[in-house]
Amino acid sequence: MAESNPFVPLGAADNPAAAGHPVAADNPAPVAGESNKETYIIQVRNISKSFGNKNVLNNVSLFIKKGEFVTILGPSGCGKTTLLKLLAGFHLADQGEIILDGKCINNIPPHQRPMNTVFQRYALFPHLNVYENIAFGLKLKKTPEDTIEKEVKRVLKIVGLTDYEERDVNSLSGGQQQRVAIARAIINKPKVLLLDEPLAALDLKMRKDMQLELKQMHKDLGITFIYVTHDQEEALTLSDTIVVMRDGVVQQIGTPVDIYNEPVNPFVADFIGESNILNGIMKKDKLVSFMGRDFDCVDVGFAENEQVDVVIRPEDIYIMNRNDNAMINGRVTSCIFKGVHYEMAVETENGYELLVQDYNAFETGSEVSLIVKPFDIQVMKKPIVSNVIEGQMLSSTSVELFGAAVECKENNDIEPGTAIRATIGFDEIELMDYKEDGALGGEITFILYKGDHYHLTVTTDNGNILYVDTTEVWDDGDNVGIKFYPDKIKIEKA
Amino acid sequence: MKIPFSLRKNKRSNWVLPYMFFLLVFVVAPLVLIGLYSFFDYNGNFTLKHFVKFFTQTEILNTFIYSIVVASVVTCICILIAYPAAFFLSRMNVSKSRILIMLFVLPMFVNVLIRSLATVALFDFLHLQLGEGALLFGLTYDFLPFMIFPIYNSIVKIDPALIEAAQDLGATISQLISRVILPLSVPGITSGIMMVFLPAISTFAISEILTLNNKRLFGSIIQENIMITDKMNFGAALSLIMLIIIYLSLMIERKKGSQEEQETGF
Repeated sequence: MAESNPFVPLGAADNPAAAGHPVAADNPAPVAGESNKETYIIQVRNISKSFGNKNVLNNVSLFIKKGEFVTILGPSGCGKTTLLKLLAGFHLADQGEIILDGKCINNIPPHQRPMNTVFQRYALFPHLNVYENIAFGLKLKKTPEDTIEKEVKRVLKIVGLTDYEERDVNSLSGGQQQRVAIARAIINKPKVLLLDEPLAALDLKMRKDMQLELKQMHKDLGITFIYVTHDQEEALTLSDTIVVMRDGVVQQIGTPVDIYNEPVNPFVADFIGESNILNGIMKKDKLVSFMGRDFDCVDVGFAENEQVDVVIRPEDIYIMNRNDNAMINGRVTSCIFKGVHYEMAVETENGYELLVQDYNAFETGSEVSLIVKPFDIQVMKKPIVSNVIEGQMLSSTSVELFGAAVECKENNDIEPGTAIRATIGFDEIELMDYKEDGALGGEITFILYKGDHYHLTVTTDNGNILYVDTTEVWDDGDNVGIKFYPDKIKIEKA
Repeated sequence: MKIPFSLRKNKRSNWVLPYMFFLLVFVVAPLVLIGLYSFFDYNGNFTLKHFVKFFTQTEILNTFIYSIVVASVVTCICILIAYPAAFFLSRMNVSKSRILIMLFVLPMFVNVLIRSLATVALFDFLHLQLGEGALLFGLTYDFLPFMIFPIYNSIVKIDPALIEAAQDLGATISQLISRVILPLSVPGITSGIMMVFLPAISTFAISEILTLNNKRLFGSIIQENIMITDKMNFGAALSLIMLIIIYLSLMIERKKGSQEEQETGF
């Protein structure tokens, strides 16, 4: 921690000993089989954090290599900023460890951590000019004035603001302020640079330029970047590794290509890029059935007839004039020009809607055929196939589910008071406009379109999660009443 | 009756007329009178003798300097007490700080004279002598809230991200305060000074009560002169001198604060 940390050249990432990293004797490897742990500059181990009774981070683990550009990606409220603040030291973890260079830094205050942050809204000191802002960190360390001057000149050159020393920070544009914020952080030669949605406040064109510059800076400086964003395109452009988060849980960690081509679940597929997500059944290895027919695919290792989610990217669907030998026939219902390509919605003969991207336009109403190649079909395990709720028998005709009394089919085999497990299919729940009309109230927290129906995630008022398949159109955040059908609740002893 | 065109419609700008009238009668006219009286003697002849008198009569000049010293000391004590108080108030959660702020405000519900009389009673009870010490205590007690609020307001307005940024760049808590929070709360301190220092110079009732009229402030001198018919013109001149000083100090503050947003506590 106390050692000065010159920028580590990228090559050193493979050989931590070369970068002068002490193998701490007082920190024996906690788990066997992690002999290569020293290549990680940061290890986040099983971190949990809650504010009040809201669980913001749930058992998050993350291993970051030296010199890597890691992006933490997720929708707002997924806990990504909290994770960054934990790394910076502004929050304390409830559980788990953050290890930097082999040492636990949980209890080290932010001002002693060898990391620096580029804040979302820059957070430049309004009472200081550009020079004083950038020199802030070095002045605190009582660095000699001539060294500071040299360093400020150097970092200003890196961020492309030479000769801006005397400017008042309030007179700078957003992009220039962002550059000052970056300069202010990198002048301290941190081991890790944390960036909290640094480009969110910039306009699109400026954002694109800054993305490329950031990438170049990362290459030149060779330090580890941890970047937080909700912009999937930004994540794909910048990162070596993307960490997709949702509701405080890491969904997938991988390279941009992996994440895009092989999303592990419908959430990731939906969040990264456009996608068609459909319910399917894995007939056998390399054969999947969806939209009412069988398709060859390349996925293996599923159980026979296992229910799966199928993802097809819109640009992977080939569209052509109606050809009776094609796999899928349909009609174009909308056609929008998107600059490089056209984006078309195609309704298939058996009632599925697919999003297709192609360089050629097929007018609305035209009859078309679609082809999907086997390796463009991404098959994913379904995390769950129906709602399973722990509850208890209240009487022979009612059960308690999520704290609410719910009518069920008469069942005399199970004594009232017995703990039970109720299974309810996704499509066996009805959503009502008013909370009072249902057995439970809830809010729609996530919507996934599955070609011919919506797969909704409903968070009940008491914080439980239900999944509902429906053809009705709801909006994210709608308040709903949740109604169960007595004869659709399958009950068994827990 | 013919209504002037400008009044015919219920224009919103007309709503300000009552206040304009008030200003004219109770602010502008007295100011003009003070200006006029200052330059005339009791018989109505133009003269500068009042100003000469101010700068030559050592007793008055000394009282004036003494008032400035007392007001400065009170202002300093107020800053020393108010700044830490405001700082901790600003770091508390709103529900707790609200109660404390209420406690600071509560004495202001009581008339300042009654509070001063109560201070006398308190000093009597504790067998403490009235005088300079009581004066400083009483003035600090009276003006403290006027220092706390502007400072509190300026501290809570500091973007929390700036505090995080300073810590992130390596600032310890004392460096954070001296390099970020203190400079950024300067506008609050200056407004606090305006609201404590100026009234403290010109106060007279409090000083009379708390020092048994032994220590006189500039306000007392003005008041004494105004009360005596043939010295009214001299009293006016003294008021004018004080107004000019207030104006000059306002100008200094404005110059300092021109970059930052002007801020008053109330």
